[in-house]
Amino acid sequence: MSAPAARRQDPDRDPGLQPERTRLAWRRTTLSGTVCAVLAVKTALHGGASTPGILACALVCALWLGFLGVAHRRIRTLAATAAPAAFAPRHAAAAALCTVAMAVCGAALVL
Amino acid sequence: MIEFVRNVRLWFVPAEVRRDGETPDYRFSLANERTFLAWLRTALALIGGGFAVDQFLPDLRWGWRVGLALALLAAGVLCSLRAVNHWVRCERAMRRGEDLPVSRFPALLSLVVAVVAVAMVVVVLVGWEG
Repeated sequence: MSAPAARRQDPDRDPGLQPERTRLAWRRTTLSGTVCAVLAVKTALHGGASTPGILACALVCALWLGFLGVAHRRIRTLAATAAPAAFAPRHAAAAALCTVAMAVCGAALVL
Repeated sequence: MIEFVRNVRLWFVPAEVRRDGETPDYRFSLANERTFLAWLRTALALIGGGFAVDQFLPDLRWGWRVGLALALLAAGVLCSLRAVNHWVRCERAMRRGEDLPVSRFPALLSLVVAVVAVAMVVVVLVGWEG
Protein backbone atom coordinates (compact mmCIF):
# COMPACT_ATOMS: atom_id res chain seq x y z
CA MET A 1 0.00 0.00 0.00
CA SER A 2 2.38 2.73 -1.16
CA ALA A 3 1.07 5.50 -3.40
CA PRO A 4 -2.59 5.48 -4.41
CA ALA A 5 -3.03 3.37 -7.52
CA ALA A 6 -4.48 4.84 -10.69
CA ARG A 7 -7.05 7.36 -9.55
CA ARG A 8 -10.42 6.76 -11.09
CA GLN A 9 -11.90 9.28 -13.48
CA ASP A 10 -15.46 9.03 -12.17
CA PRO A 11 -15.59 9.09 -8.41
CA ASP A 12 -19.20 7.92 -8.39
CA ARG A 13 -18.70 4.21 -8.06
CA ASP A 14 -15.76 2.07 -7.05
CA PRO A 15 -15.57 -1.12 -9.16
CA GLY A 16 -14.10 -2.93 -6.15
CA LEU A 17 -17.28 -2.09 -4.17
CA GLN A 18 -15.18 -1.11 -1.18
CA PRO A 19 -17.93 0.84 0.64
CA GLU A 20 -20.31 -2.10 0.27
CA ARG A 21 -17.70 -4.54 1.52
CA THR A 22 -16.99 -2.32 4.48
CA ARG A 23 -20.71 -2.09 5.21
CA LEU A 24 -21.01 -5.87 5.15
CA ALA A 25 -17.96 -6.11 7.43
CA TRP A 26 -19.83 -3.88 9.89
CA ARG A 27 -22.87 -6.16 9.61
CA ARG A 28 -20.74 -9.24 10.31
CA THR A 29 -19.17 -7.55 13.28
CA THR A 30 -22.59 -6.56 14.62
CA LEU A 31 -23.70 -10.18 14.31
CA SER A 32 -20.62 -11.37 16.22
CA GLY A 33 -21.38 -8.81 18.89
CA THR A 34 -24.97 -10.05 19.09
CA VAL A 35 -23.84 -13.66 19.56
CA CYS A 36 -21.45 -12.49 22.26
CA ALA A 37 -24.17 -10.49 24.01
CA VAL A 38 -26.58 -13.44 23.93
CA LEU A 39 -23.94 -15.70 25.49
CA ALA A 40 -23.26 -13.02 28.12
CA VAL A 41 -26.96 -12.75 28.96
CA LYS A 42 -27.16 -16.53 29.24
CA THR A 43 -24.22 -16.49 31.65
CA ALA A 44 -25.73 -13.63 33.66
CA LEU A 45 -29.10 -15.34 34.08
CA HIS A 46 -27.63 -18.81 34.59
CA GLY A 47 -28.44 -19.30 38.26
CA GLY A 48 -31.90 -17.70 38.16
CA ALA A 49 -32.70 -13.99 38.00
CA SER A 50 -30.74 -12.40 40.84
CA THR A 51 -30.22 -8.65 41.23
CA PRO A 52 -26.53 -8.67 40.14
CA GLY A 53 -27.47 -10.94 37.26
CA ILE A 54 -30.13 -8.54 36.03
CA LEU A 55 -27.79 -5.58 36.45
CA ALA A 56 -25.11 -7.36 34.42
CA CYS A 57 -27.76 -8.20 31.86
CA ALA A 58 -28.80 -4.55 31.54
CA LEU A 59 -25.16 -3.48 31.25
CA VAL A 60 -24.49 -6.00 28.48
CA CYS A 61 -27.61 -4.85 26.63
CA ALA A 62 -26.48 -1.21 26.95
CA LEU A 63 -23.05 -2.11 25.57
CA TRP A 64 -24.65 -3.99 22.72
CA LEU A 65 -26.85 -1.00 21.92
CA GLY A 66 -23.81 1.29 22.03
CA PHE A 67 -21.99 -0.91 19.55
CA LEU A 68 -25.09 -1.06 17.37
CA GLY A 69 -25.28 2.74 17.42
CA VAL A 70 -21.70 3.14 16.22
CA ALA A 71 -22.25 0.52 13.51
CA HIS A 72 -25.51 2.13 12.39
CA ARG A 73 -23.96 5.59 12.08
CA ARG A 74 -21.03 4.21 10.13
CA ILE A 75 -23.24 2.17 7.81
CA ARG A 76 -25.33 5.25 7.06
CA THR A 77 -22.18 7.25 6.30
CA LEU A 78 -20.92 4.49 4.02
CA ALA A 79 -24.21 4.31 2.17
CA ALA A 80 -24.58 8.07 1.78
CA THR A 81 -21.48 9.01 -0.23
CA ALA A 82 -19.58 7.44 -3.09
CA ALA A 83 -16.21 8.12 -1.46
CA PRO A 84 -16.92 7.93 2.27
CA ALA A 85 -14.85 9.79 4.81
CA ALA A 86 -12.33 7.91 6.91
CA PHE A 87 -13.57 6.27 10.09
CA ALA A 88 -13.31 8.63 13.09
CA PRO A 89 -10.83 7.50 15.75
CA ARG A 90 -13.27 8.19 18.59
CA HIS A 91 -15.82 5.86 17.00
CA ALA A 92 -13.20 3.15 16.61
CA ALA A 93 -12.30 3.63 20.26
CA ALA A 94 -15.98 3.48 21.24
CA ALA A 95 -16.51 0.21 19.37
CA ALA A 96 -13.42 -1.37 20.92
CA LEU A 97 -14.30 -0.10 24.40
CA CYS A 98 -17.75 -1.71 24.14
CA THR A 99 -15.98 -5.00 23.37
CA VAL A 100 -13.54 -4.56 26.26
CA ALA A 101 -16.35 -3.69 28.67
CA MET A 102 -18.24 -6.80 27.60
CA ALA A 103 -15.16 -8.91 28.34
CA VAL A 104 -14.76 -7.26 31.76
CA CYS A 105 -18.43 -7.97 32.43
CA GLY A 106 -17.78 -11.57 31.43
CA ALA A 107 -14.80 -11.84 33.78
CA ALA A 108 -16.96 -10.52 36.64
CA LEU A 109 -19.69 -13.03 35.79
CA VAL A 110 -17.34 -15.99 35.46
CA LEU A 111 -15.61 -15.39 38.78
CA MET B 1 -10.22 18.26 -11.77
CA ILE B 2 -8.29 15.83 -9.59
CA GLU B 3 -7.39 18.71 -7.30
CA PHE B 4 -11.06 19.57 -7.00
CA VAL B 5 -12.01 16.00 -6.21
CA ARG B 6 -9.29 15.92 -3.56
CA ASN B 7 -10.62 19.11 -2.02
CA VAL B 8 -14.17 17.78 -2.00
CA ARG B 9 -12.91 14.65 -0.30
CA LEU B 10 -11.19 16.78 2.32
CA TRP B 11 -14.51 18.35 3.29
CA PHE B 12 -15.71 15.01 4.50
CA VAL B 13 -12.63 14.18 6.54
CA PRO B 14 -13.13 14.78 10.27
CA ALA B 15 -10.62 17.10 11.91
CA GLU B 16 -9.16 14.36 14.10
CA VAL B 17 -7.57 12.41 11.30
CA ARG B 18 -6.19 15.54 9.67
CA ARG B 19 -3.36 15.79 12.15
CA ASP B 20 -0.53 15.18 9.74
CA GLY B 21 0.26 14.12 6.24
CA GLU B 22 -2.35 14.06 3.49
CA THR B 23 -5.49 12.02 3.07
CA PRO B 24 -4.83 8.66 1.40
CA ASP B 25 -7.16 7.15 -1.18
CA TYR B 26 -10.42 6.43 0.65
CA ARG B 27 -10.24 2.80 -0.43
CA PHE B 28 -7.08 2.35 1.62
CA SER B 29 -8.85 3.82 4.63
CA LEU B 30 -11.79 1.48 4.07
CA ALA B 31 -9.48 -1.51 3.76
CA ASN B 32 -7.84 -0.45 7.00
CA GLU B 33 -11.28 -0.16 8.59
CA ARG B 34 -12.21 -3.66 7.43
CA THR B 35 -9.01 -5.02 8.92
CA PHE B 36 -9.92 -3.29 12.16
CA LEU B 37 -13.37 -4.87 12.05
CA ALA B 38 -11.90 -8.31 11.35
CA TRP B 39 -9.70 -7.96 14.45
CA LEU B 40 -12.73 -6.80 16.42
CA ARG B 41 -14.60 -9.90 15.27
CA THR B 42 -11.68 -12.02 16.39
CA ALA B 43 -11.85 -10.33 19.78
CA LEU B 44 -15.61 -10.90 19.98
CA ALA B 45 -15.13 -14.55 19.03
CA LEU B 46 -12.54 -14.97 21.80
CA ILE B 47 -14.88 -13.31 24.32
CA GLY B 48 -17.76 -15.47 23.12
CA GLY B 49 -15.49 -18.50 23.49
CA GLY B 50 -14.81 -17.46 27.08
CA PHE B 51 -18.55 -17.33 27.80
CA ALA B 52 -19.04 -20.65 26.03
CA VAL B 53 -16.33 -22.37 28.09
CA ASP B 54 -17.98 -21.08 31.25
CA GLN B 55 -21.50 -22.05 30.19
CA PHE B 56 -21.21 -25.23 28.18
CA LEU B 57 -18.52 -27.14 30.11
CA PRO B 58 -20.18 -27.39 33.52
CA ASP B 59 -18.53 -30.74 34.32
CA LEU B 60 -15.06 -29.23 34.32
CA ARG B 61 -13.20 -28.59 37.53
CA TRP B 62 -13.75 -24.98 38.72
CA GLY B 63 -10.12 -23.96 38.33
CA TRP B 64 -9.83 -25.22 34.78
CA ARG B 65 -13.14 -23.74 33.72
CA VAL B 66 -12.50 -20.28 35.18
CA GLY B 67 -8.86 -20.29 34.08
CA LEU B 68 -9.70 -21.11 30.47
CA ALA B 69 -12.60 -18.65 30.39
CA LEU B 70 -10.47 -15.85 31.83
CA ALA B 71 -7.62 -16.61 29.42
CA LEU B 72 -10.01 -16.33 26.48
CA LEU B 73 -11.61 -13.15 27.83
CA ALA B 74 -8.19 -11.56 28.44
CA ALA B 75 -7.13 -12.48 24.91
CA GLY B 76 -10.29 -10.80 23.64
CA VAL B 77 -9.54 -7.61 25.57
CA LEU B 78 -5.98 -7.48 24.27
CA CYS B 79 -7.16 -8.19 20.76
CA SER B 80 -9.70 -5.38 20.67
CA LEU B 81 -7.35 -2.82 22.23
CA ARG B 82 -4.67 -3.79 19.78
CA ALA B 83 -7.19 -3.53 16.94
CA VAL B 84 -7.75 0.18 17.63
CA ASN B 85 -4.07 0.83 18.18
CA HIS B 86 -3.05 -0.85 14.96
CA TRP B 87 -5.81 0.88 13.02
CA VAL B 88 -4.64 4.30 14.19
CA ARG B 89 -1.01 3.47 13.45
CA CYS B 90 -1.86 2.27 9.95
CA GLU B 91 -4.00 5.34 9.34
CA ARG B 92 -1.21 7.68 10.38
CA ALA B 93 1.39 5.76 8.40
CA MET B 94 -0.79 6.02 5.30
CA ARG B 95 -1.28 9.74 5.84
CA ARG B 96 2.46 10.27 6.17
CA GLY B 97 3.30 7.98 3.26
CA GLU B 98 5.42 5.71 5.47
CA ASP B 99 5.56 1.93 5.47
CA LEU B 100 2.75 0.23 7.32
CA PRO B 101 3.71 -0.77 10.87
CA VAL B 102 4.78 -4.35 11.45
CA SER B 103 3.49 -6.26 14.43
CA ARG B 104 4.28 -9.42 16.33
CA PHE B 105 0.76 -9.54 17.76
CA PRO B 106 -0.64 -12.10 15.25
CA ALA B 107 2.16 -14.53 16.18
CA LEU B 108 1.54 -13.98 19.90
CA LEU B 109 -2.20 -14.44 19.50
CA SER B 110 -1.80 -17.66 17.52
CA LEU B 111 0.56 -18.96 20.22
CA VAL B 112 -2.02 -18.14 22.91
CA VAL B 113 -4.80 -19.81 20.93
CA ALA B 114 -2.58 -22.87 20.39
CA VAL B 115 -1.82 -23.06 24.12
CA VAL B 116 -5.51 -22.77 24.99
CA ALA B 117 -6.33 -25.49 22.46
CA VAL B 118 -3.67 -27.81 23.92
CA ALA B 119 -5.01 -27.05 27.39
CA MET B 120 -8.48 -28.02 26.20
CA VAL B 121 -7.15 -31.32 24.85
CA VAL B 122 -5.37 -32.04 28.13
CA VAL B 123 -8.50 -31.14 30.09
CA VAL B 124 -10.65 -33.39 27.97
CA LEU B 125 -8.19 -36.27 28.31
CA VAL B 126 -7.32 -36.14 32.01
CA GLY B 127 -9.19 -33.48 33.92
CA TRP B 128 -12.78 -33.98 32.87
CA GLU B 129 -14.16 -35.49 36.07
CA GLY B 130 -13.14 -33.01 38.77
